[in-house]
Amino acid sequence: MIKLIRIELYKIFKKWRTYIGFLAIAVLVPVIQIAMLIEGEKSLNFMTRNLQQSFIFVGNLLNGYLITYLILGSLYIHIPFLIALVAGDLLAGEATSGTYRILIIRPISRLNLVTSKFFAGLIYTYTLILWLALISLGLGILIFGTGELIVLKSSQIIIFAKSDVFWRFLLAFAFASLSMSVVTALAFLFSSLVENAIGPIVSTMAVIIVFIVISAIEINIFQTIKPYLFTTYMSSWRLFFDDSINYPEILKSCLILAGHVVLFFGAATVIFKRKDILS
Amino acid sequence: MPEENIIEIKNLSKSFKEIKAVDNLSLNVFRGDVFGFLGPNGAGKSTTIRMLLSLINPSKGEIRIFGKSLNEKRLEILKKIGAIVEKPDFYSYLSAYKNLEILGRLSQTDVTKKRIMELLELVGLEKRYKSKVKTFSHGMKQRLGIAQALLHEPDLIILDEPTTGLDPQGMKEIRDLIINLSKEKQKTIFLSSHILYEVELVANRMIIISKGAAKIEGKVEDLLNANELDVTFEVNNSELAKNIIQNNKWINKLNSITKNKMIFSLKQDEIAPLNKHLVENNIMVSAVVPKRSLEEYFLQITEQEGS
Repeated sequence: MIKLIRIELYKIFKKWRTYIGFLAIAVLVPVIQIAMLIEGEKSLNFMTRNLQQSFIFVGNLLNGYLITYLILGSLYIHIPFLIALVAGDLLAGEATSGTYRILIIRPISRLNLVTSKFFAGLIYTYTLILWLALISLGLGILIFGTGELIVLKSSQIIIFAKSDVFWRFLLAFAFASLSMSVVTALAFLFSSLVENAIGPIVSTMAVIIVFIVISAIEINIFQTIKPYLFTTYMSSWRLFFDDSINYPEILKSCLILAGHVVLFFGAATVIFKRKDILS
Repeated sequence: MPEENIIEIKNLSKSFKEIKAVDNLSLNVFRGDVFGFLGPNGAGKSTTIRMLLSLINPSKGEIRIFGKSLNEKRLEILKKIGAIVEKPDFYSYLSAYKNLEILGRLSQTDVTKKRIMELLELVGLEKRYKSKVKTFSHGMKQRLGIAQALLHEPDLIILDEPTTGLDPQGMKEIRDLIINLSKEKQKTIFLSSHILYEVELVANRMIIISKGAAKIEGKVEDLLNANELDVTFEVNNSELAKNIIQNNKWINKLNSITKNKMIFSLKQDEIAPLNKHLVENNIMVSAVVPKRSLEEYFLQITEQEGS
């Protein structure tokens, strides 16, 4: 299995499309950081304008932690696209290029083949999240330095001490990796159904966007189905930035997300095992 | 000694919704055979080959290879098979060498660098081993396809139209390679083609399929020579010629007649006596065109499938 995963990783990292995600993050995150360097103070003043009447803010509030927190929140919809770009291609790409024929006639079980591809996809996903963490947190700290993290929630304002932030980011990024595993698994499932990689990418994004929109609209019927949408649990990384962390809620989110990964991967495996290779 | 069955197909069928691609097909390929699998385009050849390689699942029937059920011992069987299925496709963003290296690792045998280079040399690609496959012509990809099929020294080689897209020299080289693999290395070869001539040159046994079903099966030599030839005599006056043969055995061999053409069913050694008989009776014979009935039959099938 290790050998198969290594081969799949080699194939993934030999394709230029794999680097689109890394490149996009390497461009987008610094652009946001530079914009914050120029206009950050103004934005922060705007965000805290009501509080400034009652409190005096001292110290470096516009720091690498705050920038990373904002980036993590705003890129949540964009990262899935970068993941789907590669995960959607894992199976369908072989069909498109006709290489299923030279692959499946080798003495490897279809289960091993599909599993190795999925694990390679997960490794790509985690590498991308790691890259995001390095660029946003590493570069953020380098440019803006560290400091207390100010988090504005709907009903409260929380300020975390400088020494109390880094570990929260580590856990948030670990949780983001699990969230993005669901995106990988979903794109992989779509990839097992078709013979063109564009379909899985578009379908994955369509599902995520529809689910996020449904979650955001305050209509009773949508609120009823919200607990059944996996996207609801993808934003649970924010729970790590609560004053008192709700670990049972985080665990519940983790289990639901992991369940979706197993479900989507299981379905992809069943489909792939029965699939007639006609490409 | 009884012949050892390498491929045994029994009542194999495959349907895609309403379309029956393979219909109750049975055949046997024995050790050392170069087995010609002949049929016009769309006859079900590739579908059968895909079932032999477990790329698609049969709707009905059984496939046994090396005496084992493909359904039950797939991995064990595939270890000993090398194949080209339809057009050769590779990871175009990788080099020829890297493609073979990856496929070698997937073949569960030790494929050394030396072995890869030997094969690239065999198919004439040794100088392009570093080039990405996307820079290859169709013919070069076809050669690389042959190399990947031989990579792990399989006992059974399945070649689906291996000369498609090759120039005449390339076609000849592939044919020579097939003969060499069979004679020198005792490989069993299952060769699919839609060209009778190609099969005739290399195969010892063959089957013709049409619309997914078997039509004729046997030794190539027997199938090509046992039957009578359809011989066209181009004459100056076919009515007069008919009168001349009216009272002898030739009249029973006459199939059809037009103004200047008479078509007879003859054995090879009957052509010259009939020609002599006509000429001696002052019939001017301007041409004698023999055509094997198998060839005619195959042409008929091809035309039917095409229409």
